[in-house]
Amino acid sequence: MHVSHLSLQDFRSYTQVDLELEPGVNAFVGPNGQGKTNLVEAIGYVATLGSHRVANDAALVRAGAQRAVVRTRVVRGDRASTIDLEINVGRANRARLNRSPVPRVRDVVGILRTVLFAPEDLVLVKGDPDARRRFLDDLMILVSPRLASVLADYERVLRQRSALLKSAGGPRRRGRSTGDDAAGSPDLRTLDVWDAKLAVLGAEIIAVRQRLVVGLAPFVDDAYDRVSAGQGRAEIAYRSSLASALDLPETDFLPTVAEIEAQLLEAVSRLRPKEIERGVCLVGPHRDDLVLTLGGLPAKGYASHGESWSFALALRLASYSLLTEGVGDSDDDFWVADSREDGEPVLVLDDVFAELDVRRRQRLADLVAPARQVLITAAVPGDVPESLVGVRFDVHGGEVTRVAR
Amino acid sequence: MYEGAVQDLIDELGRLPGVGPKSAQRIAFHLLAADADDVRRLVDALTQVKARVKFCEVCGNVAEEERCRVCRDPRRSPTVICVVEEPKDVVAIERTREFRGTYHVLGGAINPIDNVGPDDLRISQLMSRLADGQVTEIILATDPNVEGEATATYLARLLGPMGLRVTRLASGLPVGGDLEYADEVTLGRAFEGRRVVHG
Repeated sequence: MHVSHLSLQDFRSYTQVDLELEPGVNAFVGPNGQGKTNLVEAIGYVATLGSHRVANDAALVRAGAQRAVVRTRVVRGDRASTIDLEINVGRANRARLNRSPVPRVRDVVGILRTVLFAPEDLVLVKGDPDARRRFLDDLMILVSPRLASVLADYERVLRQRSALLKSAGGPRRRGRSTGDDAAGSPDLRTLDVWDAKLAVLGAEIIAVRQRLVVGLAPFVDDAYDRVSAGQGRAEIAYRSSLASALDLPETDFLPTVAEIEAQLLEAVSRLRPKEIERGVCLVGPHRDDLVLTLGGLPAKGYASHGESWSFALALRLASYSLLTEGVGDSDDDFWVADSREDGEPVLVLDDVFAELDVRRRQRLADLVAPARQVLITAAVPGDVPESLVGVRFDVHGGEVTRVAR
Repeated sequence: MYEGAVQDLIDELGRLPGVGPKSAQRIAFHLLAADADDVRRLVDALTQVKARVKFCEVCGNVAEEERCRVCRDPRRSPTVICVVEEPKDVVAIERTREFRGTYHVLGGAINPIDNVGPDDLRISQLMSRLADGQVTEIILATDPNVEGEATATYLARLLGPMGLRVTRLASGLPVGGDLEYADEVTLGRAFEGRRVVHG
């Protein structure tokens, strides 16, 4: 798929801008602070209804304006769809698909699919596990949109269960009666129910994440090798809080959802006294991590800035490959491996080339050149390799002009 | 801020669910401009609702007598009980005119965040209704969200060992809609709960 038209109104620094984009490479070039990233941020927003830079939509609306409007035309195969999004300050956002309003804004998610790499992605390597979990979960939703509700329900169950654990453990933590109220406490009678919900939803999330990681691993290795010129292998592995809770041995085969569910139930029953004491849920997908290793050493802490940066880029490029090529012939039809029918996603590389030396730039260019559509931002034209011929836009002071070549 | 009585009225209206400060102000000025008779009728309705309406001693639904309309109706089968969260759910199911059994209104769902546990719901009253062995089926019709599902599961575990038929309302596709417009969660549920039509 590709985005053939982007129009912004009161979005970030732009009062009004209309752009015709082309399949293949589209490069936005201009000095820092001129609004290049705002353009790709808008495209990312249409795909995910979220910004890769801020958690709050208010920052997306131009200062002084009441609302921002992002209009895109997305071409999939021989069909074009228009998505219009209205981002309102202090009011619900609205969306229109092919000019008709949709009942829920999130109905437009999944029509445009993007894989976006930005300097903020360094947090995937250097940051806390929650950034890596979010990376897997976002990818999971792209692969199978239904899982968005599984994740949301799990989040809700987690909050309910934590509230229950807190109220159940409260008297004890405050040093009051211990004794026999544990089993009979009114709160704890429903804990079994929440355990069961946590296990059902958690098992599905863990199973999908594990399969995603297995699918991603070879692509990560390959992408890292290309952008970093072969300094040690980049490996990824899913580390579940289940394994340490139950002292599970490492195995090569992936457990089924039913097996994970049984393990989660076993783990929560073992951890129950500890969970009540501390008032938190100690096991489940929310305590898991994606472990990144570089030449056998943990990337976090050991990798240099350049290596971390390459690793983060490799994770995004691997997602792109996974979404484009599927995960091969898995006989495990747990989730739909082949998402090619949806059209390969639009690849967005925000400020990538400046960090790479000439040779790696070329290697990255070779890697992304075949993509259906790539959107690139760069501060100087020289940063973008010559081989990435395509359309160039100069971005200067909120004005975007197409450069004839 | 307005003076005295007007502000008091706005404040009171603003405490109602779904009424924000702007709406409260609009309603207040509407009432100020309205006929004294209209206002008196509203006041009357409010007083009556508190004075006359009580909760059915059997099922917990709103009623004007000891028992609600459904529980008083001899044509309703006492062997099937449909368990719902709120009185408005009874109204919704009654509109279908499909269900000929009786109801049990829990008064909410298990919700630890809001500090609602099983003892805050009318579960013991449900259990005592089962004591005479007349009931053969319990239909769990709590909301299909996380809290409603948890409540249904809790009840199913409680009722299961009693030898009753315990059923849960199906989740699935809206009638008269297009398959392609169904959201993926609903469609996924509909797949899980599919029925055999042949073979």
